[in-house]
Amino acid sequence: MAAKPSTAKPTGNPPAATPVTATPSSIRRNTGPEVLTGAQAIVRSLEKLEVETVFGLPGGTILPTYDPLFETDKIRHILVRHEQGAGHAAEGYAAASGKLGVCIATSGPGATNLITALADAHMDSVPMLAITGQQASSLLGTDAFQEADIVGMTMPVTKHSFLVTKAEDIPTALLNAHHIATTGRPGPVLVDITKDAQTGTAPFVWPDEPVLPGYRPILKPHAKQIREAVRLISEAQRPVFYIGGGVIRSEAEKELLRLAEATNIPVVTTLMARGAFPDSHQLHLGMPGMHGSVPAVTAFQKADLLIAIGARFDDRVTGKLDSFAPEAQVIHADIDPAEIGKNRDVDVAIVGDAREVLAEMLSEMRSKFPKALERQREPWWRFLNRLKQTYPLGYERHGELCDPQYVISRISALTGPEAVYAAGVGQHQMWAAQFVEFERPKSWLNSGGLGTMGYSVPAAMGAKVAQPDRVVWAIDGDGCFQMTNQELATCALNNIPIKVAIINNSSLGMVRQWQTLFYDGRYSNTDLNTGHETIRIPDFAKLAESYGCEALRVDRNEDVDAAIEKALSINDRPVVLDFTVPADAMVWPMVAAGVSNDEIEYARGIRPEFDGEGEEEAEAAIAEAGEQEDGTVRSVAQIEGGLE
Amino acid sequence: MNNRHTLSVLVENKPGVLTRFTGLIARRGFNIHSLAVGVTERDELSRITVVVDVNDVPLEQVTKQLNKLVNVIKIVELEPETSVRRAHVIYKVKANAATRPQVASAVEMFRAKIVDVGPESVSVEATGELGKVEALREVLEPFGIKEIVQSGTVAIGRGAKSITDRALRG
Repeated sequence: MAAKPSTAKPTGNPPAATPVTATPSSIRRNTGPEVLTGAQAIVRSLEKLEVETVFGLPGGTILPTYDPLFETDKIRHILVRHEQGAGHAAEGYAAASGKLGVCIATSGPGATNLITALADAHMDSVPMLAITGQQASSLLGTDAFQEADIVGMTMPVTKHSFLVTKAEDIPTALLNAHHIATTGRPGPVLVDITKDAQTGTAPFVWPDEPVLPGYRPILKPHAKQIREAVRLISEAQRPVFYIGGGVIRSEAEKELLRLAEATNIPVVTTLMARGAFPDSHQLHLGMPGMHGSVPAVTAFQKADLLIAIGARFDDRVTGKLDSFAPEAQVIHADIDPAEIGKNRDVDVAIVGDAREVLAEMLSEMRSKFPKALERQREPWWRFLNRLKQTYPLGYERHGELCDPQYVISRISALTGPEAVYAAGVGQHQMWAAQFVEFERPKSWLNSGGLGTMGYSVPAAMGAKVAQPDRVVWAIDGDGCFQMTNQELATCALNNIPIKVAIINNSSLGMVRQWQTLFYDGRYSNTDLNTGHETIRIPDFAKLAESYGCEALRVDRNEDVDAAIEKALSINDRPVVLDFTVPADAMVWPMVAAGVSNDEIEYARGIRPEFDGEGEEEAEAAIAEAGEQEDGTVRSVAQIEGGLE
Repeated sequence: MNNRHTLSVLVENKPGVLTRFTGLIARRGFNIHSLAVGVTERDELSRITVVVDVNDVPLEQVTKQLNKLVNVIKIVELEPETSVRRAHVIYKVKANAATRPQVASAVEMFRAKIVDVGPESVSVEATGELGKVEALREVLEPFGIKEIVQSGTVAIGRGAKSITDRALRG
């Protein structure tokens, strides 16, 4: 049980430059499985797993694998400029296509550079396989050159990991890794393969199926739980769907649309679920949480039932947990049992795949509670529609420079919902989540859980490789862009014509916003000097040009459309648009960290009105909603609390 | 003692499994009270018996998290009423010619065993429920305990049922 030193015989470490040539024909036999080197077995296994694209960067200990990789015509290897870029590209590839994303790095720093992307994929449940080279097994634990215990380092941020020290173990490890990464709650799996395992030989035996006795994800929801959930839904006066990223990962959007339309229940989509339900749909209330819409946040606070599907009650959604959705019963369906009840107690727990859960809820509803399907919940909708009308997404015009929200809404309008939009992390991410009109799943890629600045450019690159026929926008910030823009070289050289919109406010904008609001405007270390009235280091347009991209700076709203249209007309190279925006623009609405969602501010200092005139109407609406259709009236006390 | 839980965990017998297991418990900030790892009746499986001090709700969360580990086959909480649990302990106690008979008589009463005798000390071996070995310790304390070594608690459910069978049947 304890980690014991490898028993593999020392094979010595051949000089890094020694190329491994194809299997010597002398070893090949006429009968029995073909004998391959471990390196060839890696490539063969990836082919068997139908991996078409890998992102990577070679080095000493992964060198053997790069030789057969050079030969295969079934796998496209894209040489990145930094391993973190390979990791995020694999994530973007996976998130845009639903397929496994694969990245390769060498041992030591190559592997450690992948850690951020692994942690990111872990938080956002992205199916990803990372293959890393490792020092020869005889040298493990000796602080050999470029040795890092990457399996040990990544245990908390991977779904699982394997250390492979023998060539014969490679096919099984990769098949198991693929299975773990892509099934159940998806996630990143790391396979660390020693150099001697790559240079050693073994008969290539492809297992019939993965053998993982301790891994049995539950896909099919329990019928009793479904029945109980449907009963609660049929009785609820003020239900809301709380839709998380799990709906996108399980491709459950059709089932969601059917159930929501059949029940006429409002839908809220989290940051990870933007696009799981069409923004244009009348049942949609927007995004919840810290920068959520007033209707979405308020719907949660006033609801009597939350139907959470593939969501995890993240602190950025709930705000102060004990005042989140205070009147609501909770149905929580998730494929990961550990998410259920983790943050919020639930009334009905359903373990299962989102698609099956939603489909079964609808069929159960149709067979057992057909009358509930006729309910319109008019008072509840009257209340919500009033919120929608009174508190639409909006922003203040700056006048002189580009308005960031305007830029993003024009990108969305001129490009359309078939495109893919990848964002970095910060203000521009929130504006993109708010002002891009999402109509389809997998069109929105972002780093939701880990909040990785620098995600956008490499993720967009991965998405464009996965979906070459779609327009792919990286909506980035000037801070984020400086973390990973080296991948523009990869894009330019490999014909990956992404479009980058830098929302350049010359600062670490979200941090600055918090300094404005909570630190008395003391702007400690947030000024980046990339924008308006600064020295502009770097000059993003020049930088992009040096990477072989088309580049343009845009300083005023009236030039925004022309710039976007020009970007859309160029498809033979990447395009970078540097939009100069004011540093003082802020993201609204906002619920400050750690306070109740009831404290939502529509704009600075402006809280939605639930007193005076507004109160009466809202109260009337909710009180009316309290009147059940069978004639019973809920107690006033149950209803009143929500209006404070 | 009131929040002490004993988990019997069946895991794959593979390198690194213990690290994954304890790493996850540490991440949640739980203190491991005792830990015992050993073989089972099947070569491919090992058993971890872990005693943790934790309230029920976080215990449920950590159990779910542990269940997510790919190498973990099954987790069963063993309740005191329906299981047998034993710890093994060796105390090195100060004892000279004058006090040795008193130590020996205490050892006798606890049905423990003297396993080593020197001019200045004796070593006492005891097996039993944690309560029993701790009671013995209290009795020996006045003589002066120079060193304690204690195994992790091992535990097994009462009756004919086997966790391994149950795990592999499903």
